[in-house]
Amino acid sequence: MKQQRSKSNFLLPLIVILGFLLVWYLVCFFKMVPAYQLPSPGDAARSIKEEILAGRLANDIIASLWRVTIGFVLSAGLGIPFGLWLGQHARSRQALTPILNFFRFLSPLAWIPFAILWFHIGDKPAIFLIFMAAFFPMVISIMTAVASIPSIYFRVARDYNYKGTELLTKVTFPAVLPQIITAMRVSYGIAWVVIVAAEMVGCQDGLGYGIWDARNGLRLDTAISYMVVIGLLGLAMDRLLSQLTKLPNIRWGYDR
Amino acid sequence: MTDNKLKSRLAFNNISHSYGELPVLQNLSFTVNPGEFVALVGPSGCGKTTLLNILSGYLKPTSGTLEHQGVIRTVYQSDGLFPWLTVSENISMGLRPVTNTEEHGKQLRELFELIHLQGFENHYPHELSGGMRQRVEIARALAGDSDILLMDEPFSALDYQTRLRMRWELVRLLAQRKRTVVFVTHDIEEAAQLADRVFVLSKRPAVISREFVINSAKPRNLTDPAVIAAMKAILSQLGLQAWDGDTRTIFDDNISPDTKPGKGEMS
Repeated sequence: MKQQRSKSNFLLPLIVILGFLLVWYLVCFFKMVPAYQLPSPGDAARSIKEEILAGRLANDIIASLWRVTIGFVLSAGLGIPFGLWLGQHARSRQALTPILNFFRFLSPLAWIPFAILWFHIGDKPAIFLIFMAAFFPMVISIMTAVASIPSIYFRVARDYNYKGTELLTKVTFPAVLPQIITAMRVSYGIAWVVIVAAEMVGCQDGLGYGIWDARNGLRLDTAISYMVVIGLLGLAMDRLLSQLTKLPNIRWGYDR
Repeated sequence: MTDNKLKSRLAFNNISHSYGELPVLQNLSFTVNPGEFVALVGPSGCGKTTLLNILSGYLKPTSGTLEHQGVIRTVYQSDGLFPWLTVSENISMGLRPVTNTEEHGKQLRELFELIHLQGFENHYPHELSGGMRQRVEIARALAGDSDILLMDEPFSALDYQTRLRMRWELVRLLAQRKRTVVFVTHDIEEAAQLADRVFVLSKRPAVISREFVINSAKPRNLTDPAVIAAMKAILSQLGLQAWDGDTRTIFDDNISPDTKPGKGEMS
Protein backbone atom coordinates (compact mmCIF):
# COMPACT_ATOMS: atom_id res chain seq x y z
CA MET A 1 0.00 0.00 0.00
CA LYS A 2 2.69 2.42 1.06
CA GLN A 3 4.92 1.35 -1.79
CA GLN A 4 2.10 1.88 -4.22
CA ARG A 5 1.64 5.39 -2.98
CA SER A 6 5.29 6.30 -3.21
CA LYS A 7 5.29 4.96 -6.73
CA SER A 8 2.37 7.16 -7.75
CA ASN A 9 4.00 10.07 -5.90
CA PHE A 10 6.82 9.74 -8.35
CA LEU A 11 4.76 8.81 -11.38
CA LEU A 12 2.12 11.53 -11.33
CA PRO A 13 4.53 14.50 -11.44
CA LEU A 14 6.45 12.76 -14.20
CA ILE A 15 3.29 12.40 -16.29
CA VAL A 16 2.54 16.09 -15.79
CA ILE A 17 6.06 17.08 -16.87
CA LEU A 18 5.93 14.84 -19.95
CA GLY A 19 2.49 16.24 -20.78
CA PHE A 20 3.85 19.76 -20.48
CA LEU A 21 6.75 18.94 -22.81
CA LEU A 22 4.32 17.35 -25.26
CA VAL A 23 2.13 20.47 -25.36
CA TRP A 24 5.21 22.62 -25.88
CA TYR A 25 6.38 20.30 -28.66
CA LEU A 26 2.98 20.28 -30.39
CA VAL A 27 2.64 24.07 -30.20
CA CYS A 28 5.99 24.36 -32.01
CA PHE A 29 5.35 21.45 -34.38
CA PHE A 30 2.12 22.93 -35.70
CA LYS A 31 3.69 26.39 -35.78
CA MET A 32 0.98 27.88 -33.59
CA VAL A 33 3.64 30.33 -32.48
CA PRO A 34 6.39 31.40 -34.91
CA ALA A 35 9.73 29.71 -34.24
CA TYR A 36 11.53 33.00 -33.51
CA GLN A 37 9.06 33.62 -30.66
CA LEU A 38 9.17 30.18 -29.08
CA PRO A 39 12.00 27.73 -29.71
CA SER A 40 11.00 24.06 -29.68
CA PRO A 41 12.06 21.59 -26.97
CA GLY A 42 14.49 20.11 -29.49
CA ASP A 43 16.13 23.52 -30.07
CA ALA A 44 16.44 24.01 -26.34
CA ALA A 45 17.97 20.56 -25.87
CA ARG A 46 20.51 21.19 -28.62
CA SER A 47 21.36 24.51 -27.06
CA ILE A 48 21.89 22.94 -23.64
CA LYS A 49 24.24 20.42 -25.18
CA GLU A 50 26.13 23.22 -26.91
CA GLU A 51 26.52 25.19 -23.67
CA ILE A 52 27.67 22.12 -21.79
CA LEU A 53 30.24 21.23 -24.42
CA ALA A 54 31.54 24.79 -24.53
CA GLY A 55 31.99 24.63 -20.72
CA ARG A 56 29.96 27.79 -20.29
CA LEU A 57 27.10 26.14 -18.44
CA ALA A 58 29.22 24.64 -15.66
CA ASN A 59 30.99 27.95 -15.23
CA ASP A 60 27.71 29.88 -15.07
CA ILE A 61 26.18 27.44 -12.59
CA ILE A 62 29.16 27.77 -10.25
CA ALA A 63 29.15 31.56 -10.55
CA SER A 64 25.44 31.81 -9.77
CA LEU A 65 25.47 29.28 -6.95
CA TRP A 66 28.37 31.14 -5.38
CA ARG A 67 26.58 34.51 -5.45
CA VAL A 68 23.30 33.11 -4.21
CA THR A 69 25.00 31.14 -1.47
CA ILE A 70 26.95 34.16 -0.22
CA GLY A 71 23.87 36.39 -0.34
CA PHE A 72 21.78 33.74 1.37
CA VAL A 73 24.33 32.96 4.07
CA LEU A 74 24.67 36.68 4.81
CA SER A 75 20.93 37.19 5.08
CA ALA A 76 20.48 34.06 7.22
CA GLY A 77 23.52 34.80 9.36
CA LEU A 78 22.28 38.29 10.16
CA GLY A 79 18.55 37.68 9.82
CA ILE A 80 18.20 34.70 12.15
CA PRO A 81 19.87 36.29 15.22
CA PHE A 82 18.14 39.59 14.52
CA GLY A 83 14.77 37.84 14.20
CA LEU A 84 15.37 35.89 17.42
CA TRP A 85 16.22 39.08 19.25
CA LEU A 86 13.25 41.00 17.89
CA GLY A 87 10.92 38.14 18.74
CA GLN A 88 11.84 38.48 22.40
CA HIS A 89 11.64 42.24 22.65
CA ALA A 90 8.12 43.48 22.12
CA ARG A 91 9.05 47.17 22.15
CA SER A 92 11.75 46.84 19.53
CA ARG A 93 9.45 44.64 17.49
CA GLN A 94 6.77 47.27 17.63
CA ALA A 95 9.26 49.95 16.64
CA LEU A 96 10.88 48.09 13.76
CA THR A 97 8.09 46.05 12.16
CA PRO A 98 6.80 48.83 9.87
CA ILE A 99 10.21 49.67 8.45
CA LEU A 100 11.12 46.01 8.00
CA ASN A 101 7.88 45.48 6.12
CA PHE A 102 8.55 48.59 4.05
CA PHE A 103 11.85 47.17 2.83
CA ARG A 104 10.30 43.75 2.34
CA PHE A 105 7.95 45.22 -0.24
CA LEU A 106 10.70 46.94 -2.23
CA SER A 107 11.48 44.86 -5.27
CA PRO A 108 15.19 44.08 -5.57
CA LEU A 109 14.95 45.53 -9.08
CA ALA A 110 14.51 48.94 -7.48
CA TRP A 111 17.93 48.63 -5.88
CA ILE A 112 19.76 48.02 -9.16
CA PRO A 113 20.90 51.63 -9.75
CA PHE A 114 22.23 51.83 -6.21
CA ALA A 115 23.82 48.42 -6.40
CA ILE A 116 25.87 49.59 -9.40
CA LEU A 117 26.65 52.94 -7.84
CA TRP A 118 27.76 51.49 -4.52
CA PHE A 119 29.33 48.21 -5.53
CA HIS A 120 30.37 48.81 -9.15
CA ILE A 121 30.89 45.53 -11.02
CA GLY A 122 31.63 41.92 -10.15
CA ASP A 123 29.95 39.69 -7.59
CA LYS A 124 29.25 42.39 -5.05
CA PRO A 125 26.24 44.17 -6.60
CA ALA A 126 24.57 40.81 -7.29
CA ILE A 127 25.18 39.62 -3.72
CA PHE A 128 23.83 42.91 -2.41
CA LEU A 129 20.62 42.52 -4.43
CA ILE A 130 20.14 38.95 -3.25
CA PHE A 131 20.73 40.01 0.33
CA MET A 132 18.19 42.84 0.07
CA ALA A 133 15.61 40.43 -1.27
CA ALA A 134 16.14 37.59 1.20
CA PHE A 135 16.99 39.38 4.47
CA PHE A 136 13.69 41.10 5.30
CA PRO A 137 11.30 38.19 4.85
CA MET A 138 13.72 36.07 6.88
CA VAL A 139 13.79 38.51 9.81
CA ILE A 140 10.04 38.96 9.81
CA SER A 141 9.15 35.30 9.72
CA ILE A 142 11.60 34.37 12.48
CA MET A 143 10.53 37.31 14.61
CA THR A 144 6.89 36.25 14.27
CA ALA A 145 7.76 32.64 15.06
CA VAL A 146 9.58 33.60 18.26
CA ALA A 147 6.82 35.94 19.36
CA SER A 148 4.27 33.16 19.03
CA ILE A 149 6.11 30.43 20.98
CA PRO A 150 3.53 28.97 23.39
CA SER A 151 4.05 30.55 26.82
CA ILE A 152 3.88 27.11 28.41
CA TYR A 153 7.46 26.42 27.26
CA PHE A 154 8.72 29.44 29.15
CA ARG A 155 6.77 28.45 32.25
CA VAL A 156 8.29 24.99 32.13
CA ALA A 157 11.72 26.54 31.52
CA ARG A 158 11.21 28.68 34.61
CA ASP A 159 10.34 25.63 36.73
CA TYR A 160 13.57 23.95 35.65
CA ASN A 161 15.81 27.00 35.98
CA TYR A 162 16.63 27.85 32.41
CA LYS A 163 17.87 31.42 32.29
CA GLY A 164 19.69 33.83 29.97
CA THR A 165 21.75 32.23 27.21
CA GLU A 166 20.61 28.77 28.17
CA LEU A 167 16.99 29.82 27.79
CA LEU A 168 17.80 31.10 24.30
CA THR A 169 19.78 28.10 23.11
CA LYS A 170 17.82 25.35 24.85
CA VAL A 171 14.27 26.65 24.68
CA THR A 172 13.68 29.56 22.31
CA PHE A 173 15.90 28.36 19.49
CA PRO A 174 14.75 24.73 19.33
CA ALA A 175 11.14 25.87 19.72
CA VAL A 176 11.35 27.88 16.49
CA LEU A 177 13.77 25.66 14.59
CA PRO A 178 11.05 24.19 12.35
CA GLN A 179 9.95 27.70 11.40
CA ILE A 180 13.56 28.76 10.90
CA ILE A 181 13.97 25.96 8.39
CA THR A 182 10.78 26.97 6.62
CA ALA A 183 11.98 30.59 6.57
CA MET A 184 15.29 29.47 5.12
CA ARG A 185 13.55 27.54 2.37
CA VAL A 186 11.40 30.53 1.48
CA SER A 187 14.37 32.91 1.57
CA TYR A 188 16.50 30.60 -0.50
CA GLY A 189 13.71 30.47 -3.05
CA ILE A 190 13.61 34.27 -3.17
CA ALA A 191 17.40 34.49 -3.47
CA TRP A 192 17.39 32.05 -6.35
CA VAL A 193 14.58 33.91 -8.14
CA VAL A 194 16.47 37.17 -7.81
CA ILE A 195 19.59 35.78 -9.48
CA VAL A 196 18.37 36.64 -13.00
CA ALA A 197 17.82 40.27 -12.10
CA ALA A 198 20.93 40.44 -9.94
CA GLU A 199 23.18 39.26 -12.76
CA MET A 200 21.82 41.87 -15.13
CA VAL A 201 24.22 44.30 -13.53
CA GLY A 202 27.95 44.24 -13.73
CA CYS A 203 28.33 40.47 -14.21
CA GLN A 204 30.12 38.69 -17.02
CA ASP A 205 28.93 35.21 -16.14
CA GLY A 206 26.21 33.33 -14.24
CA LEU A 207 22.89 31.80 -15.23
CA GLY A 208 21.06 35.12 -15.09
CA TYR A 209 23.73 36.78 -17.16
CA GLY A 210 23.44 33.88 -19.62
CA ILE A 211 19.78 34.71 -20.19
CA TRP A 212 20.52 38.37 -20.83
CA ASP A 213 23.40 37.52 -23.11
CA ALA A 214 21.18 35.12 -25.06
CA ARG A 215 18.48 37.73 -25.35
CA ASN A 216 20.94 40.27 -26.70
CA GLY A 217 22.10 37.72 -29.26
CA LEU A 218 18.49 36.79 -30.08
CA ARG A 219 19.22 33.22 -29.05
CA LEU A 220 15.94 32.34 -27.36
CA ASP A 221 16.82 28.66 -27.45
CA THR A 222 19.76 29.38 -25.18
CA ALA A 223 17.58 31.55 -22.96
CA ILE A 224 15.13 28.67 -22.52
CA SER A 225 17.88 26.20 -21.79
CA TYR A 226 19.16 28.51 -19.02
CA MET A 227 15.64 28.85 -17.66
CA VAL A 228 15.36 25.09 -17.46
CA VAL A 229 18.66 24.86 -15.60
CA ILE A 230 17.63 27.62 -13.15
CA GLY A 231 14.35 25.88 -12.41
CA LEU A 232 15.93 22.47 -11.95
CA LEU A 233 18.68 23.78 -9.67
CA GLY A 234 16.16 25.68 -7.57
CA LEU A 235 14.13 22.52 -7.17
CA ALA A 236 17.20 20.51 -6.22
CA MET A 237 18.32 23.03 -3.60
CA ASP A 238 14.87 23.11 -2.05
CA ARG A 239 14.81 19.34 -1.86
CA LEU A 240 18.16 19.48 -0.13
CA LEU A 241 16.96 22.04 2.44
CA SER A 242 13.75 20.10 2.98
CA GLN A 243 15.87 17.15 4.12
CA LEU A 244 16.50 19.18 7.27
CA THR A 245 12.85 18.78 8.24
CA LYS A 246 13.47 15.06 8.59
CA LEU A 247 15.87 15.53 11.52
CA PRO A 248 14.36 13.83 14.59
CA ASN A 249 14.46 16.89 16.84
CA ILE A 250 12.69 18.98 14.20
CA ARG A 251 10.21 16.44 12.93
CA TRP A 252 7.72 17.42 15.69
CA GLY A 253 7.12 20.74 13.99
CA TYR A 254 5.69 18.96 10.96
CA ASP A 255 4.05 15.85 12.40
CA ARG A 256 1.62 17.53 14.73
CA MET B 1 15.09 10.32 49.73
CA THR B 2 11.46 10.54 50.74
CA ASP B 3 11.86 11.96 54.21
CA ASN B 4 13.50 15.24 53.39
CA LYS B 5 10.62 16.04 51.02
CA LEU B 6 8.40 16.81 53.92
CA LYS B 7 9.98 20.11 54.83
CA SER B 8 7.99 21.80 52.10
CA ARG B 9 5.51 24.44 53.06
CA LEU B 10 2.97 26.33 51.10
CA ALA B 11 0.67 29.01 52.44
CA PHE B 12 -1.64 31.60 50.96
CA ASN B 13 -2.05 34.62 53.21
CA ASN B 14 -5.00 36.83 52.32
CA ILE B 15 -4.29 36.68 48.63
CA SER B 16 -6.43 38.69 46.25
CA HIS B 17 -5.94 39.11 42.56
CA SER B 18 -7.66 41.06 39.85
CA TYR B 19 -7.06 41.55 36.16
CA GLY B 20 -7.60 45.26 35.76
CA GLU B 21 -11.09 45.91 37.08
CA LEU B 22 -12.01 42.23 37.22
CA PRO B 23 -11.52 40.66 40.66
CA VAL B 24 -10.64 36.98 40.33
CA LEU B 25 -9.48 35.87 43.75
CA GLN B 26 -10.66 37.41 46.97
CA ASN B 27 -8.85 37.13 50.28
CA LEU B 28 -7.79 33.54 49.93
CA SER B 29 -6.01 32.02 52.89
CA PHE B 30 -5.01 28.43 53.27
CA THR B 31 -2.06 26.28 54.20
CA VAL B 32 -1.00 23.07 52.52
CA ASN B 33 0.71 20.73 54.93
CA PRO B 34 3.86 18.85 53.97
CA GLY B 35 3.04 15.65 52.11
CA GLU B 36 -0.59 16.57 51.79
CA PHE B 37 -2.67 16.20 48.63
CA VAL B 38 -4.99 19.16 48.24
CA ALA B 39 -7.49 19.38 45.40
CA LEU B 40 -9.05 22.64 44.25
CA VAL B 41 -12.37 22.32 42.48
CA GLY B 42 -14.69 24.99 41.28
CA PRO B 43 -16.83 26.15 38.39
CA SER B 44 -15.00 26.93 35.16
CA GLY B 45 -13.60 30.42 34.98
CA CYS B 46 -13.50 30.76 38.74
CA GLY B 47 -9.80 31.52 38.80
CA LYS B 48 -8.27 28.11 39.41
CA THR B 49 -5.56 28.68 36.86
CA THR B 50 -4.85 32.15 38.25
CA LEU B 51 -4.45 30.52 41.63
CA LEU B 52 -1.95 28.01 40.27
CA ASN B 53 -0.04 30.74 38.46
CA ILE B 54 0.33 32.55 41.76
CA LEU B 55 1.37 29.35 43.52
CA SER B 56 4.05 28.65 40.93
CA GLY B 57 5.36 32.18 41.19
CA TYR B 58 4.50 32.92 37.58
CA LEU B 59 2.04 35.61 38.61
CA LYS B 60 2.35 38.17 41.39
CA PRO B 61 -0.90 38.59 43.33
CA THR B 62 -2.43 42.07 43.58
CA SER B 63 -2.35 41.79 47.36
CA GLY B 64 -1.47 39.24 50.02
CA THR B 65 1.58 37.04 50.34
CA LEU B 66 2.60 33.57 49.30
CA GLU B 67 4.86 31.62 51.61
CA HIS B 68 6.63 28.64 50.25
CA GLN B 69 9.56 26.44 50.97
CA GLY B 70 10.96 23.90 48.58
CA VAL B 71 11.19 23.42 44.84
CA ILE B 72 7.86 23.81 43.07
CA ARG B 73 7.11 22.21 39.73
CA THR B 74 3.99 22.26 37.62
CA VAL B 75 2.44 19.43 35.63
CA TYR B 76 0.32 20.82 32.82
CA GLN B 77 -2.80 19.59 31.10
CA SER B 78 -0.89 18.81 27.91
CA ASP B 79 2.02 20.00 25.79
CA GLY B 80 4.21 20.71 28.78
CA LEU B 81 6.96 18.48 27.43
CA PHE B 82 9.52 20.01 25.09
CA PRO B 83 8.71 18.41 21.74
CA TRP B 84 12.27 18.80 20.46
CA LEU B 85 13.67 16.65 23.26
CA THR B 86 13.38 12.89 23.62
CA VAL B 87 11.52 11.39 26.56
CA SER B 88 14.81 10.75 28.29
CA GLU B 89 16.04 14.31 27.68
CA ASN B 90 12.75 15.71 28.94
CA ILE B 91 12.94 13.76 32.18
CA SER B 92 16.59 14.77 32.51
CA MET B 93 15.44 18.38 32.79
CA GLY B 94 14.21 17.44 36.25
CA LEU B 95 17.63 16.02 37.06
CA ARG B 96 19.58 19.12 36.05
CA PRO B 97 20.92 19.69 39.57
CA VAL B 98 22.38 16.16 39.52
CA THR B 99 25.73 16.76 37.86
CA ASN B 100 27.35 13.42 38.54
CA THR B 101 26.87 11.46 35.30
CA GLU B 102 26.66 8.10 36.98
CA GLU B 103 24.14 9.25 39.57
CA HIS B 104 22.17 11.02 36.84
CA GLY B 105 21.97 7.85 34.77
CA LYS B 106 20.92 5.81 37.77
CA GLN B 107 18.14 8.17 38.77
CA LEU B 108 16.95 8.41 35.17
CA ARG B 109 16.70 4.62 34.95
CA GLU B 110 14.79 4.53 38.22
CA LEU B 111 12.31 7.07 36.92
CA PHE B 112 11.76 5.10 33.72
CA GLU B 113 11.11 2.00 35.78
CA LEU B 114 8.78 3.96 38.00
CA ILE B 115 6.57 5.06 35.09
CA HIS B 116 6.96 1.74 33.24
CA LEU B 117 8.23 3.38 30.07
CA GLN B 118 11.46 1.46 29.61
CA GLY B 119 12.19 1.19 25.90
CA PHE B 120 10.75 4.63 25.13
CA GLU B 121 13.85 6.58 26.19
CA ASN B 122 14.63 7.81 22.70
CA HIS B 123 11.10 8.46 21.54
CA TYR B 124 9.86 12.00 21.04
CA PRO B 125 6.73 13.21 22.84
CA HIS B 126 4.68 13.36 19.62
CA GLU B 127 5.30 9.66 19.17
CA LEU B 128 3.64 8.81 22.50
CA SER B 129 -0.01 8.52 23.51
CA GLY B 130 -1.58 11.18 25.70
CA GLY B 131 -1.40 9.00 28.80
CA MET B 132 2.25 8.17 28.24
CA ARG B 133 3.06 11.85 27.78
CA GLN B 134 1.44 12.70 31.10
CA ARG B 135 3.41 9.94 32.79
CA VAL B 136 6.59 11.45 31.39
CA GLU B 137 5.55 14.89 32.65
CA ILE B 138 4.92 13.52 36.11
CA ALA B 139 8.26 11.71 36.10
CA ARG B 140 10.01 14.92 35.09
CA ALA B 141 8.29 16.82 37.90
CA LEU B 142 9.12 14.08 40.43
CA ALA B 143 12.75 13.90 39.37
CA GLY B 144 15.55 15.14 41.56
CA ASP B 145 14.95 17.71 44.22
CA SER B 146 11.32 18.74 43.73
CA ASP B 147 9.16 19.15 46.82
CA ILE B 148 5.83 20.50 45.72
CA LEU B 149 3.85 19.46 42.64
CA LEU B 150 1.27 21.77 41.18
CA MET B 151 -1.01 19.90 38.85
CA ASP B 152 -3.14 21.90 36.46
CA GLU B 153 -5.89 19.55 35.29
CA PRO B 154 -3.21 17.04 34.33
CA PHE B 155 -5.60 14.35 33.11
CA SER B 156 -8.38 16.39 31.56
CA ALA B 157 -7.05 16.01 28.02
CA LEU B 158 -7.18 12.21 28.31
CA ASP B 159 -10.04 9.85 27.55
CA TYR B 160 -12.08 8.60 30.50
CA GLN B 161 -10.49 5.18 30.95
CA THR B 162 -6.96 6.51 30.61
CA ARG B 163 -7.89 9.13 33.16
CA LEU B 164 -9.01 6.45 35.63
CA ARG B 165 -5.79 4.55 35.07
CA MET B 166 -3.70 7.70 35.50
CA ARG B 167 -5.28 8.29 38.92
CA TRP B 168 -4.08 4.88 40.10
CA GLU B 169 -0.74 5.64 38.57
CA LEU B 170 -0.44 8.95 40.41
CA VAL B 171 -1.39 7.39 43.75
CA ARG B 172 1.20 4.68 43.18
CA LEU B 173 3.93 7.16 42.23
CA LEU B 174 3.20 9.39 45.19
CA ALA B 175 3.28 6.40 47.54
CA GLN B 176 6.85 5.80 46.36
CA ARG B 177 7.91 9.42 46.13
CA LYS B 178 6.10 11.46 48.68
CA ARG B 179 5.35 15.00 47.58
CA THR B 180 3.12 17.85 48.59
CA VAL B 181 0.52 18.17 45.86
CA VAL B 182 -1.87 20.94 44.86
CA PHE B 183 -4.18 19.53 42.26
CA VAL B 184 -6.50 21.77 40.29
CA THR B 185 -9.36 20.04 38.56
CA HIS B 186 -12.92 20.45 37.42
CA ASP B 187 -13.39 16.71 37.82
CA ILE B 188 -15.14 16.11 41.14
CA GLU B 189 -14.62 12.37 40.92
CA GLU B 190 -10.91 12.90 40.55
CA ALA B 191 -10.77 15.21 43.57
CA ALA B 192 -12.76 12.76 45.72
CA GLN B 193 -10.61 9.82 44.71
CA LEU B 194 -7.21 11.47 45.12
CA ALA B 195 -7.28 14.25 47.67
CA ASP B 196 -6.73 14.41 51.41
CA ARG B 197 -8.49 17.74 51.43
CA VAL B 198 -10.74 19.33 48.85
CA PHE B 199 -11.26 23.07 48.61
CA VAL B 200 -14.39 24.04 46.76
CA LEU B 201 -14.03 27.44 45.17
CA SER B 202 -16.95 29.74 44.52
CA LYS B 203 -17.67 31.60 41.33
CA ARG B 204 -15.58 34.64 40.50
CA PRO B 205 -14.28 36.36 42.54
CA ALA B 206 -13.21 33.07 44.05
CA VAL B 207 -13.26 32.41 47.75
CA ILE B 208 -13.05 29.00 49.38
CA SER B 209 -16.70 28.21 49.91
CA ARG B 210 -16.14 24.85 51.56
CA GLU B 211 -13.38 22.58 52.68
CA PHE B 212 -13.76 18.80 52.90
CA VAL B 213 -11.39 16.39 54.56
CA ILE B 214 -11.35 12.86 53.16
CA ASN B 215 -9.63 10.47 55.53
CA SER B 216 -10.10 7.20 53.69
CA ALA B 217 -6.87 5.33 52.82
CA LYS B 218 -5.46 5.43 49.30
CA PRO B 219 -5.66 3.99 46.70
CA ARG B 220 -9.40 4.44 46.79
CA ASN B 221 -11.89 2.79 44.53
CA LEU B 222 -14.27 4.99 42.66
CA THR B 223 -17.04 3.08 44.39
CA ASP B 224 -15.51 3.48 47.85
CA PRO B 225 -18.26 4.82 50.17
CA ALA B 226 -15.96 7.63 51.31
CA VAL B 227 -15.39 8.68 47.69
CA ILE B 228 -19.10 8.60 46.97
CA ALA B 229 -19.90 10.54 50.12
CA ALA B 230 -17.27 13.13 49.22
CA MET B 231 -18.60 13.42 45.69
CA LYS B 232 -22.11 13.94 46.99
CA ALA B 233 -20.94 16.64 49.34
CA ILE B 234 -18.87 18.43 46.71
CA LEU B 235 -21.63 18.18 44.12
CA SER B 236 -24.19 19.60 46.46
CA GLN B 237 -21.77 22.38 47.44
CA LEU B 238 -21.49 23.23 43.76
CA GLY B 239 -25.27 23.06 43.37
CA LEU B 240 -25.10 20.12 41.03
CA GLN B 241 -26.86 17.60 43.27
CA ALA B 242 -30.61 17.58 42.87
CA TRP B 243 -31.70 14.67 45.06
CA ASP B 244 -29.98 15.01 48.39
CA GLY B 245 -32.80 16.87 50.04
CA ASP B 246 -31.00 20.13 49.53
CA THR B 247 -33.17 22.96 48.27
CA ARG B 248 -30.62 23.86 45.66
CA THR B 249 -31.04 22.09 42.34
CA ILE B 250 -28.97 21.65 39.25
CA PHE B 251 -31.06 24.38 37.66
CA ASP B 252 -30.15 26.84 40.34
CA ASP B 253 -27.13 28.51 38.88
CA ASN B 254 -26.96 31.26 41.40
CA ILE B 255 -25.21 29.99 44.48
CA SER B 256 -23.93 32.70 46.72
CA PRO B 257 -20.55 31.86 48.14
CA ASP B 258 -20.41 31.28 51.86
CA THR B 259 -17.96 33.78 53.10
CA LYS B 260 -17.21 31.68 56.15
CA PRO B 261 -15.78 28.44 54.88
CA GLY B 262 -17.51 25.52 56.53
CA LYS B 263 -15.83 22.28 57.24
CA GLY B 264 -17.25 18.85 56.50
CA GLU B 265 -15.60 15.65 57.50
CA MET B 266 -15.98 12.23 55.97
CA SER B 267 -14.29 8.99 56.71
